[in-house]
Amino acid sequence: MTLIGWIQAVVLFLAVLVFVKPLGGFMARVFNGERNFLSPILRPVERAIYRLGGINEDEEMAWYTYLFAVLAFSFVGLAWLYLLLRTQQWLPLNPQRFAAMSPDLAWNTAVSFMTNTNWQFYSGESTVSYFSQMAGLAWHNFVSAAAGIALAIALIRGIARTTLKTLGNFWVDLTRACLYILLPISIVGCLILVMQGVPQNFHSYETAKSVQGFSQQITGGPMASQEVIKELGTNGGGFVNANSASPNENPTPFSDFFELWLILAIGAALTYTYGKMVKDTRQGWALFIAMSILFFGGLLVVYWAEAAGNPAIHQLGIAGANMEGKEVRFGLAASTLWANTTTATSCGAVNAMHDSFTALGGLIPLVNMQLGEIIFGGVGSGLYAKLMFVVLTVFIAGLMVGRTPEFLGKKIERREVTFAILSILITPLLVLVPTAVAVLIPSGLATLGNTGPHGFSEILYAFTSTNANNGSAFAGLGPNLFYNLTTGANMLFGRFAEVIPVLALAGALAGKKAAPESAGTFTTYSPIFVGLLIGTILIVGALTFLPADALGPIVEHLLNLKGSTFQ
Amino acid sequence: MIPQRRIDRRPKASSLFDRAIVGRAILDSFKKLDPRWQIRNPVMFIVEIGSVVTTGFFIRDISSHTGHAGFDFAIAAWLWFTVLFANFAEAVAEGRGKAQADYLRRTKAETIAKKLDEAGTVTRVSSALLRAGDLVQVDAGELIPADGDVIKGAATVDESAITGESAPVIREAGGDRSAVTGGTRVLSDHITVRVSADPGESFLDRMIALVEGAQRQKTPNEIALTILLAGLTIIFLIAVATLAPFSLYAGTRQSLVVLIALLVCLIPTTIGGLLSAIGIAGMDRVMQRNVLAMSGRAVEAAGDVDTLLLDKTGTITLGNRQAVEILPAPGIDAQDATQIAYLSSLPDETPEGRSIVALAQRAGLSGDAALPEGATFVPFSAYTRMSGVDMNGPQIRKGAPDAILNWVREQGGSPSTDLSGEVERIARSGGTPLLLARNQMVVGVIHLKDILKPNMIARFDRLRAMGIRTVMITGDNPLTAAAIAKESGIDDFLAEATPETKMDLIKREQGSGRLVAMTGDGTNDAPALAQADVGVAMNSGTQAAKEAANMVDLDSDPTKLIEVVEIGKQLLMTRGSLTTFSIANDVAKYFAILPAMFATAYPVMNVLNIMRLTTPQSAILSAVIFNALIIIALIPLALRGVAYRPRGASAVLRENVLVYGVGGIIAPFIGIKLIDIILSLLHLT
Repeated sequence: MTLIGWIQAVVLFLAVLVFVKPLGGFMARVFNGERNFLSPILRPVERAIYRLGGINEDEEMAWYTYLFAVLAFSFVGLAWLYLLLRTQQWLPLNPQRFAAMSPDLAWNTAVSFMTNTNWQFYSGESTVSYFSQMAGLAWHNFVSAAAGIALAIALIRGIARTTLKTLGNFWVDLTRACLYILLPISIVGCLILVMQGVPQNFHSYETAKSVQGFSQQITGGPMASQEVIKELGTNGGGFVNANSASPNENPTPFSDFFELWLILAIGAALTYTYGKMVKDTRQGWALFIAMSILFFGGLLVVYWAEAAGNPAIHQLGIAGANMEGKEVRFGLAASTLWANTTTATSCGAVNAMHDSFTALGGLIPLVNMQLGEIIFGGVGSGLYAKLMFVVLTVFIAGLMVGRTPEFLGKKIERREVTFAILSILITPLLVLVPTAVAVLIPSGLATLGNTGPHGFSEILYAFTSTNANNGSAFAGLGPNLFYNLTTGANMLFGRFAEVIPVLALAGALAGKKAAPESAGTFTTYSPIFVGLLIGTILIVGALTFLPADALGPIVEHLLNLKGSTFQ
Repeated sequence: MIPQRRIDRRPKASSLFDRAIVGRAILDSFKKLDPRWQIRNPVMFIVEIGSVVTTGFFIRDISSHTGHAGFDFAIAAWLWFTVLFANFAEAVAEGRGKAQADYLRRTKAETIAKKLDEAGTVTRVSSALLRAGDLVQVDAGELIPADGDVIKGAATVDESAITGESAPVIREAGGDRSAVTGGTRVLSDHITVRVSADPGESFLDRMIALVEGAQRQKTPNEIALTILLAGLTIIFLIAVATLAPFSLYAGTRQSLVVLIALLVCLIPTTIGGLLSAIGIAGMDRVMQRNVLAMSGRAVEAAGDVDTLLLDKTGTITLGNRQAVEILPAPGIDAQDATQIAYLSSLPDETPEGRSIVALAQRAGLSGDAALPEGATFVPFSAYTRMSGVDMNGPQIRKGAPDAILNWVREQGGSPSTDLSGEVERIARSGGTPLLLARNQMVVGVIHLKDILKPNMIARFDRLRAMGIRTVMITGDNPLTAAAIAKESGIDDFLAEATPETKMDLIKREQGSGRLVAMTGDGTNDAPALAQADVGVAMNSGTQAAKEAANMVDLDSDPTKLIEVVEIGKQLLMTRGSLTTFSIANDVAKYFAILPAMFATAYPVMNVLNIMRLTTPQSAILSAVIFNALIIIALIPLALRGVAYRPRGASAVLRENVLVYGVGGIIAPFIGIKLIDIILSLLHLT
């Protein structure tokens, strides 16, 4: 670990922190329907969209109507993307003349993008046409992120409102998230990336001769426009297979820094939006602080583990850090910072190969996702998942002050606890059970790149990443029919099985009365609450995944210490 | 002849671990193994299933002479103990209530009632045949056959059978002390009672059902907590069940017994086993204070109370006002004024009157201290609002200032206004001014003062620290009310209160999300008692009040409400603390069991055996034993409640997190290690 390495992390953090208040405050204004500096230009566009869609923007939805709108919108989008990938050979903008995707891979890819996961069992540069990239993948990059933000806003409204039955209008929230937040930042961001050298064209492969005289094909395409929303919307699906490790997607140290900022910006700022909308910004800052502590805790371990290197290799007389699978141009610090950022959010873009990390270095991305993507999390999804943990923490710890637990004045009773625990139950159910099935059947083990604990980690990582809608891959695990179908289903359930209890909780909370704060109230912004929240997240996460992790990365590390490795 | 029966005084308290209670509880622990009973508690139900399965494995092992029969036996035995210990906790908590119920049942024996028909003829019928609306006559020495209201007469009644208090109480027709309870005894005089409860629905019946826990339903918070615990149990079920295939991948096969042991250690058995005991003990603690809670829900709600409505008289001040000074009007001799005040009050038997007499005597009254022959007393009435004495010639009166001034005018006098300053000053200071007049002249003013109950200021400070707002309810004018409120340190007051304004206040507080508690005794309090989230009726009050309230204070002490609130808070705190403790415990158990499970597949994992437990078997067994023993160890805490001092939420939280959260992580490391040392010393593994 070096000072320069830590300075990179701190500068990134400060760059994110500076924008929390202005961006978060702006989002609060947008979703409260207040005028903002973009209104003069965008309000007419917004109105036109509502007119076209036949949407009455003043019509509010109950939680189940909101849920139905989210589901209907998502599944129509899923069908659209599937159709696109299966028919791209007949569609325009396909200079490389790519054929249709196979049905199981198209299903996996369509689910992957619709759920904001962007798990990639395909290679973009050799299977997906520019039209599919733009009209299919990029579309979902925007709307899946916008849907995530809309869901978070719906939950915030549920918390903020009293004795009401409605949570807002999904179509309005979706439109506003795209129009006022994602699009403007993407347009500016796209130009910055083009400035840094990211391609933005419709050319087919360029052929170049390398210094050694080899011939090399270089991918072009509308890359910058997709790169920016890939990070901003915490989608993570690379235009090319090497993702942000590729010099085209991520050409310079500044583009690397800027992309990291894009990954964190909205997730971090939404905490402030939350504080603003519940009319107590301390509430939002408490979440931001809890997220930041977990972020730096993870970074410390992964950076330390990679800098320390693999003990098994040290025993062969080779000293030094672990540079396998990392871009030399980024180096240790930027690679580990990226690995931690991409899994602390639900982005999943990578600039280094997590499979090549040391055992403990690979453990952190895994744990980050197992905690439920709540460190900063996906745009929107991070906040609502975090708030579910807040409800759980309030219930357990709130009893200790001698009152029925209250969250912002609202009693946490049977229904609220049920929905919170259901949303938290989903992660172990959808990660551990499929992993257990995969290690038992031949097709689960057929495409495994490694044996022993490392092979186990690859399977565990795949289901953890798809369930968390992260999409980062541990690599090493190849696609086959079994994984295409199961990870596809896992992404689908990982997203929507959580959305249902989240909205149900929002609906339950919106209908409640709020008791005013007093000296006897359990406060959810004090340092001790931040500590309790982190403690609850870590203990629930650790108790659920410790056995599995112990059999993967942890035992691998212990064996590495003894000099064993796994082919 | 009505059978005479000796009435025992109801025993108010018995020791927590009374020998008889413990004996019965041990027996009940086995009865509660019935799966139909266990299924109410999902966590312990899982443990019971685990016990059955491991016992099956043990039987298979001894019959086939393979495997580790000794180890399986030890695990099976300790799992059974885990269930039994949890059952025992519940049974002990119920024990005290059952003992009380047994006593009350003896009180409830059938008696012969003297039923009156419309014509007033007495028929002797069994008390079991009385229905609501019937009239009965009860004479001195007889048991009151059923609950009801006195409609004629007054009597002293021995209620010790119900309340445990030996001092007799007065019950009379009309007013707020008309309710009588079946099973209590009339000591003097005779009364006519209108029966208010059908057989089986009497106060005594309800009381028996309540203390016995027969009608006990899970409270809302208990249900929510049970759901949380069930959710955690499912999470651990997934984590442990998937460990079997994971182990196969790692090249080792886990025995089902070990997996069950791990599961039982991880699921929250500590809180799961003690949850119901905590709730029962909470209700029991309320009962120990001689308050009868109609449901566990009411006790829980007491912990949540935000606003406490307290009647001024009897709660904040002593019931009686006392004279503190007698001021002469200008031109009147102080001695004369004192003399007149003294004479006016001599036949006055009200506490205020007596306090005036006492004050006059203390002031060194001289002269004629007796009323002349032929003097007649004019008692106070709500209409005249004054009292006095008519002597042969002079008439003297004392009373409310405006009433006295009117009287003086009627007598043809023109009252001077010189005393209005004094009257105002007394009222402003929270006192009650009584003007004193003789014939056409106002001669002075008597200052009656409300005497605050001792320690009330400290109590209100405590309540404020807990975040509870106190509101004084009084019929006084706003001026007086404000002064008393200021003196007593209460947060707010409702002056010139009527049942309607009281009801409005409750609704207003509830409308802004607050929970309201109040006490009451009169029939006109009944709607407010029903509306309040926690309503405590005085046992001396009317049947209507007792029906509307969700608690009845058998001692009729309005300040008891504060204690009930504290018990409610303590109950919730105990639940939260033990839940935290239970979950925090799991960390150590993983460190004990995981390395043990993979001792053969991955010997390197012994690095995680940070407790350095001797053998894999000993590690697993030690964790299981700790898990069982901790339930027993925490029973006293569950029954008494966690240490409670009234403080703000953040201070309480900090302490409980430290003790039960951090302590909960550390304690099992020490406990499991100790058990492991003992097991290896005894060569048991």
